[in-house]
Amino acid sequence: MEKKEPLFRITKRGAIPWWASLGIRLIGLLIALILCAFIIFGITKLNPLKVYAAMWDGALGTNRRMWVTIRDTMMMLCIGLGLAPAFKMKFWNIGAEGQVLVGGIAAAACMLYLPKTMPNWLALVIMFCASALAGAIWGFFPGFCKAMINTNETLFTLMMNYIAIRLTAYFVAKWENPYGSNTVGIINSQSRFGWFPKVFDQQYGLNVILVLVLTIFIYVYLKYTKHGFEIAVVGDSENTARYCAMDVKKVIIRTMMLSGAICGIAGFLAVAGAGHTISTDTAGGRGFTTIIVAWMSKFNSFIMAAVSAFLVFLEKGAMQIASQYQLSDYISNVVKGIILIFLLGSEFFVNFTVKIRGSRKSEVTK
Amino acid sequence: MTQAQIIALINSSVVFGTVILFGAVGEILTEKGGNLNLGVPGIMYMGGIAGLIGTFYYEKAMGANAVPIVCILIAIICALIASFLSGLLFSFMTVTLRCNQNIMGLAFNIFAAGFANFYGGSLNKLAGGVGQINVLTTSKAFRATIPALNGLGSIGKIFFSYGFLAYVAIAFAILIRWFLNRTMVGLNLRAVGEDPAAADAVGINVTKYKYLSTSIGAAISGLGGLYYVMDYQKGTWDSAGGVEGLGWLAVALVIFASWRPLRAIWGAYLFGILSWMYFYIPGLTRSSQEIFKMLPYIATLAVLIIVSLQHKVENQPPKHLGLPYFREDR
Repeated sequence: MEKKEPLFRITKRGAIPWWASLGIRLIGLLIALILCAFIIFGITKLNPLKVYAAMWDGALGTNRRMWVTIRDTMMMLCIGLGLAPAFKMKFWNIGAEGQVLVGGIAAAACMLYLPKTMPNWLALVIMFCASALAGAIWGFFPGFCKAMINTNETLFTLMMNYIAIRLTAYFVAKWENPYGSNTVGIINSQSRFGWFPKVFDQQYGLNVILVLVLTIFIYVYLKYTKHGFEIAVVGDSENTARYCAMDVKKVIIRTMMLSGAICGIAGFLAVAGAGHTISTDTAGGRGFTTIIVAWMSKFNSFIMAAVSAFLVFLEKGAMQIASQYQLSDYISNVVKGIILIFLLGSEFFVNFTVKIRGSRKSEVTK
Repeated sequence: MTQAQIIALINSSVVFGTVILFGAVGEILTEKGGNLNLGVPGIMYMGGIAGLIGTFYYEKAMGANAVPIVCILIAIICALIASFLSGLLFSFMTVTLRCNQNIMGLAFNIFAAGFANFYGGSLNKLAGGVGQINVLTTSKAFRATIPALNGLGSIGKIFFSYGFLAYVAIAFAILIRWFLNRTMVGLNLRAVGEDPAAADAVGINVTKYKYLSTSIGAAISGLGGLYYVMDYQKGTWDSAGGVEGLGWLAVALVIFASWRPLRAIWGAYLFGILSWMYFYIPGLTRSSQEIFKMLPYIATLAVLIIVSLQHKVENQPPKHLGLPYFREDR
């Protein structure tokens, strides 16, 4: 007996033009935004268009708000840049959150313990190196274990996050100021020692410059250097890499340390360039969010910047609605989550086509 | 340590352990089918908040007349439905839409944490009340013990002073072990997790197995969230996001137990002891307590390393864990 053809058939697509893949994602995004509008309307009973206008105001309404949005975008982009080499090697570094935190701890420690007589620029250089080193150490352990005994890196880096969070809590309790508040408070609020100086009269100018330099560095590193080539080969096929006499273990450890170091620098940005304090919320879940963003952008720095900017925009906007209409801040996570899930879902339609039963004839005549 | 302190430590460890035992047993079922669902914290959030919302409206409608057994039923049904649907969403995204599992799990966590904390924080206000949400009648019903057994001195305190869900968690662990090792369906499921192409070749419906194991696993994990809200938090919402940390511990416990439900039982209580020990060690400052709270994660890392060093087949993760299966790929 002939079996009936299934109702839906899924086939892999070849390459599709960039505008089509962008279009599919935009449709996904649009559906997500409409769904969010319904949810917001259901809760607040307000005109969703007005709500979106309020979001615009919250994220970009004033010069200061705009710069905060830019600052947070830069931080996400920085984490994304850190993840790129590891993921290109097909190494699932879920540990960005922890690597950011240890970088932040290192930066905060420098702000507290470096002699205050030191010039600020020198302090910033030392903090930069310390944060990168701390992140690199945090990346070293999972990289080493993966290279030597092939432990599962997803689970390993995941655990390292929580160790880093507890370590942060340890230092927060140790450095708390004032005593009993269980927060570190703004470090060096008088002397501004270890704070980013204003560049071009902008508080967050240096954040932008640093991240842009890193972007170019990573782009060149992955595309035009021998290291970058090795990463790509190891990612595609470890056996090929071994056959080419590459030292796979060395590549894995080195790349993971680089990945951790750049995430550590993101912690440096968060502490010295933004919050001027350290808490378990310093990374604020960005380590996790950025993994999704970076993965969806296929580690293309420009797309990563655009998607991060969009997400930060949503986050700030949703927080504005929350405060304007006295709702909980968490509404921003709901919106962010829905949009991410829809964008992930639209990937499917980029990579596959769905054919409905009976449409085969038209396919043949094509 | 005095005897009373030891009993108190055991009690808090068991309550703590039960939350992650539910999470871990559900996740074991999911992972044995080859799906690595990192959304366990999110699923626990969903289970917890759904149970809370359901009973909140019931208690509000009934006032003092709320019947405890109905409260329990509503809470469990709401939690099961919400977390089952979460698992279904995960399966739809990863199995049907072939989205990456790690990415989907993380995205779901963001959504669920937002959703649950949003409602946990403002449900009472949305419903026109003031202050924090709480469901005292339900929580009391969940924490009810059998007086005759609870009264048996220290033995009673150690073994019989918990709400019924603590025993349900153990029962689930035993049941899942029996299911995975002693039934044909369980064996098929493990085949799907190890090598879906081979399973497909002998006629096992890989998609169906993945969908069901992930959704049912999520439903079990969701009960952990419910237990957290009703028992651990005594019927209020913890806005500090404690359940999220416990959700990740549940993922850790799966590794710690090397995918074996029975090992997860004592592992869960061990994690509980490790997590609460700082409370009973004299002379710890607030900062050094935090170092002690790292212990469960460090223990998990140690197990992860030891397991990779041993190369024992029976301790390894399912071979196809976290990988997508697409028949046309090879």
